[in-house]
Amino acid sequence: MAKVLVVTSGKGGVGKTTSTAALGAALAQEGQNVVVVDFDVGLRNLDLVLGAERRVVYDLINVVQGDAKLSQALIRDKRLENLSLLPASQTRDKDALTADGVSRIVTELREKFDWVICDSPAGIEKGATLAMRHADIAVIVTNPEVSSVRDSDRVIGLLDSKTERAEKGELVEKHLLITRYDTARARRGEMLKTEDVLEILSIPLLGIIPESQEVLRASNLGTPVTLSNPMSAPARAYIDAARRLRGESLVVSVPTDKRSFFGSLFARRVA
Amino acid sequence: MLAPEPPLADWLAEFDALIERSPGFFAGRPLVLDLSALPPGKEDDGKLMAHLAGSSVRVMAIEGRQPADLASDMPPIITGGREIRPAEDEPSAQQKAPAPPPPKAALTLESPVRSGQSVTYLDGDVIVVGSVGSGAEIVAGGSIHVCGTLRGRAIAGTVGNADARIFCRKLEAELLAIDGLYLTADGMDPQLRGRAAKVWLTGDTMMMTALD
Repeated sequence: MAKVLVVTSGKGGVGKTTSTAALGAALAQEGQNVVVVDFDVGLRNLDLVLGAERRVVYDLINVVQGDAKLSQALIRDKRLENLSLLPASQTRDKDALTADGVSRIVTELREKFDWVICDSPAGIEKGATLAMRHADIAVIVTNPEVSSVRDSDRVIGLLDSKTERAEKGELVEKHLLITRYDTARARRGEMLKTEDVLEILSIPLLGIIPESQEVLRASNLGTPVTLSNPMSAPARAYIDAARRLRGESLVVSVPTDKRSFFGSLFARRVA
Repeated sequence: MLAPEPPLADWLAEFDALIERSPGFFAGRPLVLDLSALPPGKEDDGKLMAHLAGSSVRVMAIEGRQPADLASDMPPIITGGREIRPAEDEPSAQQKAPAPPPPKAALTLESPVRSGQSVTYLDGDVIVVGSVGSGAEIVAGGSIHVCGTLRGRAIAGTVGNADARIFCRKLEAELLAIDGLYLTADGMDPQLRGRAAKVWLTGDTMMMTALD
């Protein structure tokens, strides 16, 4: 059974697109058939992060409006053949999305793939609500700081009321992904503690992605971090998160870049 | 007073229906029978009396007849009886005062109230089993109970109930209000932050105390 997953946050700049690409690639690396869909119409980025920007012909809006077939718009990744991208349109805005069109596309994607990962735009307006509309699972990307946490809380409320599942009286499975976690700053008490974030949002923790230059480097290369350097700390955190999404229960720790034997052995257990 | 009207058969049917609805209505209430609307006739009056007796109605006197019109076994004549109106003072309507409306149950919210959500319940108390997020709002006609952390706004007693109170297990509220009087986070005693607390009104002063 295909699963529709939305990566959302409310706040911008917390790492939704990076996480979509990394989780999508990590699931594909495990042999799953994955499509990532960019819902950020007008401000598309997912194509850049996946290094597919030079191959975009048709986009989500073309398919919504019936100008192109889904198969024409899907771009298959060059490195992972079971990872596809449905890019957003850069020349249009979110008003070009229609509820019917999105519903039709998601239904069609469900038949072709194991995972349909929707990269939500920031905000809580049309683009974001349509991205979460058909979700079975939500990954809420949050930075350990108050504004991001409050916005995430708002988005969780929307997931519980505005989605198709919520309207049927079912629940959207929700997971918290804490990104840009700075171990040094956390130690100095300059960031919200993980347990505080978990207490405020009260949803299960999917993973903690450490702040790392590796993430920026991967984005600039146009390669998901799980592909560019699978042994790096953020890549390992994303790979573990993807395994948890598939149902494995792994202890959540903050991986560090120190390669020492003891460093990895005593990776700090957080929750 | 009972005043049969012609045609007698219809009146009797109506009377029987009344007896059926409220069987105890005439029990222990002897009454005056006003026969002025009916033509005199010993036989008809006798039948009427028999019918009433069959329905356990005790006639203590008769009005609207000459002594000569009455058979010897009939009750005595009377004048100036006051009318009773069975339709107006049926016991079921009079004895039972209108029941007070059943007290409304409190509204219980099992899941956390998230940022941006606003819950309004003017009929009574609101109980939140989880937490109330920053930027969320609870508006209650009665008291507000938060079993988790109260980070948002709690507006209690909003329909003019100065007795309403606010309870929470951990106070991090942005705003507290009872019956129109409010307090923002800045005005709260910093000592109470993060603690279990009770908030109530004494006159026009908002009182707060820790519960732990």
